Amino acid sequence: MLNQLIKQAAADVASPSRRGFLKGAGGALVLGAMLPRTGFASEAAAPKVVGPADPRPQAFIRIAADDTVTVLVKHLDKGQGIMTGLTTIVAEELDADWAQMRGAFAPADGALYANHFFGIQGTGGSTAVANSWDELRMAGAAARAMLIATAAARWSVPASAIAVEKGVVRHAASNRSARFGELAEDAAKLPVPQNVALKDAKDYTLIGNPSLHRLDHVSKTDGTAIFAMDIRRPGQVTAVMARSPRFGGTVKSVDAAAAKRVPGVLEVLTLPMGVAVVARNTWAAMKGREALTVEWDDAKAEMRGTEEMLADYRKLADQPGNVATDTGDAAKALAGAAKVVEAEFVFPYLAHAPMEPLNATVELTPDGGCTIWAGSQFQGVEQKVAAGILGCKPEQVVINTVWAGGSFGRRATPDADYIAEAVTIAKAYGGKAPVHLVWTREDDIRGGRYRPLFLHKVKAGLDASGTLVAWRQSIVGQSFMIGTLFEGFMVKNGVDATAVEGASDMAYAVPNLHVDLHSPPSPVTTLWWRSVGHTHTAYAKEVMIDELAAAAGKDPVAFRLEMLKGHPRLQGVLKLAAEKAGWGQPLPKGKGRGIAVHESFSSFVAHVAEVSVDEQGRVTIDRVVCAVDCGQVVNPNIVEAQVSGGTGWAIGHALRDEITLTGGLVDQSNFDGYQPLRNSEMPPIEVHILPSTARPTGVGEPGVPTAAPAVANAVFAATGKRLHHLPFTRSGMV
Amino acid sequence: MIRLNINGQDRDVDVPGDMPLLWVLRDELNLTGTKFGCGIAQCGACTVHMDGTPVRACQTPADSAAGTRITTIEGVSGTVAQAVQASWQKLDVVQCGYCQSGQIMSAVALLTDNRNPTDDDIDAAMDGNVCRCATYPRIRAAIKDAAKAMGA
Repeated sequence: MLNQLIKQAAADVASPSRRGFLKGAGGALVLGAMLPRTGFASEAAAPKVVGPADPRPQAFIRIAADDTVTVLVKHLDKGQGIMTGLTTIVAEELDADWAQMRGAFAPADGALYANHFFGIQGTGGSTAVANSWDELRMAGAAARAMLIATAAARWSVPASAIAVEKGVVRHAASNRSARFGELAEDAAKLPVPQNVALKDAKDYTLIGNPSLHRLDHVSKTDGTAIFAMDIRRPGQVTAVMARSPRFGGTVKSVDAAAAKRVPGVLEVLTLPMGVAVVARNTWAAMKGREALTVEWDDAKAEMRGTEEMLADYRKLADQPGNVATDTGDAAKALAGAAKVVEAEFVFPYLAHAPMEPLNATVELTPDGGCTIWAGSQFQGVEQKVAAGILGCKPEQVVINTVWAGGSFGRRATPDADYIAEAVTIAKAYGGKAPVHLVWTREDDIRGGRYRPLFLHKVKAGLDASGTLVAWRQSIVGQSFMIGTLFEGFMVKNGVDATAVEGASDMAYAVPNLHVDLHSPPSPVTTLWWRSVGHTHTAYAKEVMIDELAAAAGKDPVAFRLEMLKGHPRLQGVLKLAAEKAGWGQPLPKGKGRGIAVHESFSSFVAHVAEVSVDEQGRVTIDRVVCAVDCGQVVNPNIVEAQVSGGTGWAIGHALRDEITLTGGLVDQSNFDGYQPLRNSEMPPIEVHILPSTARPTGVGEPGVPTAAPAVANAVFAATGKRLHHLPFTRSGMV
Repeated sequence: MIRLNINGQDRDVDVPGDMPLLWVLRDELNLTGTKFGCGIAQCGACTVHMDGTPVRACQTPADSAAGTRITTIEGVSGTVAQAVQASWQKLDVVQCGYCQSGQIMSAVALLTDNRNPTDDDIDAAMDGNVCRCATYPRIRAAIKDAAKAMGA
């Protein structure tokens, strides 16, 4: 649903282009590639583009005299490998040698680098490859044509007689050749061709090639990769912030005397969002914060615990909510059903907890703007928010995007939260030094922006033949769209699309379907979390379907296939996962096999899990088999890694993770209480990719939704026990 | 002033004795390859070697590191380190990469002591290193690949 973002924001964030950057950067020769005006029109199944209707000049490729080709990557690489993937797309159409390819993060410039799905520059919703697929292929092909035209003119031969292979432009008849670097300067002076032929998928040598290494595979193994946390500006100081321990609390009074006595502490700043301690180094800042005495005003704070919130949610679920979908007459069909299955699902608050805690460095500039170094995920929003704080124009905010140590959604916020903090502190510090704001892990775990706490009540009915005839689902949970700049686009008739995605649009054939939603407000801040609404809707759906199959006395795979007629890609992954897992082969007592299938972010994934449950109820996940259809694969090695990692992510949280509140205070604070999956707990996993030449879609998130329900269904197969309350420890699993 | 031996060089640092080695490395010596992940020795992102033994730099006070030989990702070298880093690169282990310095330091220590680790050995040596991207299968495979490469 994120894919549908954001017309308002696009109109809102009009950043003039700074093409001067591209021309001047590093003495490199710039080959600007204009998008052909045919745009996406030649593609039958093109995405709905929210961005500029009239393609504007774009610049993605820099060819240097030393023959390196640098692709400017407009998306944040937070581990998903997009730097490599997008560079591959350009290299393919350019017929470059992979060894000459480099990647660099593009500057913040909405005019050049907006995400076409969002209308602003930003990364999310597993959109990056899908979004850049056309524009980078065309940019690469246009650049190639310009190199050929340059060689043709130089050698006085027809362009049609020139071939390009592995970075060499060659005229065979005269045995002349030139490398890209020799041609780039002249090529850049040519007009950009408006019509370029793109390669046929069968001719790809780099796209889909499993032997290409990630561009960051060396720098991230020798300690040289620079993350935001590693930025060191001359004279920089470090800030940590004391924030209200209760969500919605504000500063009442501050006693900073003891903090100021801590050696290394430079200043204590009371700000709207908390109290910042600025110090010579991180340790001093942390010690200074410990020495602060802050009294908080809880007048508007969340004082409830999660148990009380859940009790409120249960009451709400029994009342009519805002209708997300209503087909047929679910109430009537349930009344007439031969068998009815009911369940209540609970999904806890979850923290993203990326390995690199949130942080950003801000340096005020003499023109009244600033320069930001961050693992910037929503440059379009961050530029505007920073400009608002400083009272400057968005284009006076320069953002240097650097490698991010994970995100899982956390670094993209509609209000640029931690970036706003860093800019506010830098401003309050008066530009005396660049300020590096560091969140500790405790700040992160207790800092909100959680996957919302959700409660689902589901009631479904089968007819006498065991066919699903009715489904009624009530979903209760906070909206992270209401009240943000995305509300107008994402919330319709009171329904936040991200809370019901995967439920209200379920693929299974159900003639009578009713899904409604309550979005009770709370000061607890919430946010999209890797695979967003699908984190809970897919679980409820796939566990319910499994229960219905059992109630109907049907095989879980056959039952699903029956209801997925007209959905060949869902059927495809379901069948492949089942086949590879040996579905139907008997297992010894105490073992079970479970399956789940789901579409998210236009990709299709099925998981089969095999578990053992011992006499004490301890669950071991023996094996996970996954099938994925994400269209044309750009880098199979990275797809495998993302889907495998998404599986580990999902299982790790499902096993035991939850953020709970008592009296409004978060019970967990670090990785001791919010325990991440560890190496010994990662099950053996096989990822099978369906070959496809369909338009590529995302893989960062789609590996998540089906992993946990597959495990839950396997536990049921082994024990007859249903896991409705997450994490599994809440359902009696250990 | 505390004298530390970091990657074979003596470095004098003017820090309080209780400042964790992590912050000495990162903030005073600009050795940023060692990462801050949790600050309570729960994630292993800050793993360095003290006299060859893996320790969590976030829980190692600077004064306790005096008189020892500290090795960080920037200085780790030798047959085992080369094999581990080569296998990490060969198998494209990394995703976000933030934990990988620590993973590699733990893996180098494991393979230095044990050239042919079993899965249980790997569990024991590597469970202190969290990877939120869950690159664990490739970490395991890379350790085995490095062991094999050194045995060959």
